Amino acid sequence: MRHLMNPLDFSVEELDKLFDLANNIEANPAKYAHACEGKKLATCFYEPSTRTRLSFEAAMLNLGGQVLGFSDAASSSASKGESVSDTIRIISCYADICAMRHPKEGAPMVAAERSGIPVINAGDGGHQHPTQTLTDLLTIRSLKGRLGGFTVGLCGDLKFGRTVHSLINALIRYDDIHFIFISPPELKVPDYITDMLTERGIIYREVIRLEDCMPDLDLLYMTRVQRERFFNEEDYVRLKDFYILDKAKLSDAKSDMLILHPLPRVNEISIEVDDDPRAVYFKQAQYGVYVRMALILTLLGIDV
Amino acid sequence: MLNVGKIEEGFVLDHIEAGKSLDIYHHLKLGKLDCTVAIIKNARSNKMGKKDILKVECDINTLNLDILAFIDHNITVNVIKDGKIVDKKELVLPKEIHNVIKCRNPRCITSIEQELPHIFVLADEEKEIYRCKYCEEKAGNSSNW
Repeated sequence: MRHLMNPLDFSVEELDKLFDLANNIEANPAKYAHACEGKKLATCFYEPSTRTRLSFEAAMLNLGGQVLGFSDAASSSASKGESVSDTIRIISCYADICAMRHPKEGAPMVAAERSGIPVINAGDGGHQHPTQTLTDLLTIRSLKGRLGGFTVGLCGDLKFGRTVHSLINALIRYDDIHFIFISPPELKVPDYITDMLTERGIIYREVIRLEDCMPDLDLLYMTRVQRERFFNEEDYVRLKDFYILDKAKLSDAKSDMLILHPLPRVNEISIEVDDDPRAVYFKQAQYGVYVRMALILTLLGIDV
Repeated sequence: MLNVGKIEEGFVLDHIEAGKSLDIYHHLKLGKLDCTVAIIKNARSNKMGKKDILKVECDINTLNLDILAFIDHNITVNVIKDGKIVDKKELVLPKEIHNVIKCRNPRCITSIEQELPHIFVLADEEKEIYRCKYCEEKAGNSSNW
């Protein structure tokens, strides 16, 4: 029985198969509409996350399956002190597959160790959020036709952003990837990542402003710069506009560059950018459903 | 010069980094064994300047080499039988260690889940880095254990 804890749990070849399946689902949704009939997905969300939970639920419903679960710890037996190990043993009696989000890092792995059904990590604190990374990769592969040969700009909070760290680790398995890290010095990508890139001979550059690298980028992955990450208000006010993407900053970008964002967005991408054909963050949410559908089928071992 | 007598059966852990012998005493749970233990601190050493030595008179199968290797794989392990060295064990970094150190990450599931073992996995053999199996937090140095 397989689980998904980390985006690197799947080899590049396995990911290719998963993404091919996701693209097939996208092209032929009717073919898969009954694939999971009689199967149930349990969404065990110990902290609220509307988009991720609904994306999982939409994925299972699109496959003809059913969903059950809870959407915060207060409405689960965790509020009575039940351990994750016990909860998953019980859930294994009720459902065929489980998507678990938990504020504690490693909780889905504890569940996977005790579970009788496949467990998908739907986000564990600041640790991993593998289906977000799979969503990012599927979006890039579907819209660009490949996953190698890019200069990738990652912008915003690169210090604490787990989606950024996961995406870097996932992309370095492909050929000819260059990175440009765009962030204030306070939110630079951690040393262990730049050290790892140097060791592997992967070219990267660190810049302060989006304008410093815009013409070079094939992909731009935006994240939010949060006020509370700064030591003082002056620095935040001084730097925050550097990380807001608007039409003016995009004027230097390549015509086929893709703009991605894990969402939710606050103000780091101006609404005026939404209509630009390069803005694909809402398509990304759609690909998130396709990749979760492909993942559910793969982990349940269902061939259509 | 202090003299500590020979042991008949057991092991002598030599070339322990000075000051670490009590850590090892603790982690090998030697306090719970009903046997003679000699802790020699700051012994003179040509190789190390000064070193610690542990002599333990007990059944030689009771020693957990994995824990020892994790603490310091440069320690020399001499196995003693009938008063003589019969074997020198080579310490190899264990792939996993269970319940030797605790994960210090307050956001880790090990901080709340009942009776969950604290498991660290060898993530980088060259740099001797262990990470928590669950949250991947790096194991700290011995002063943080």
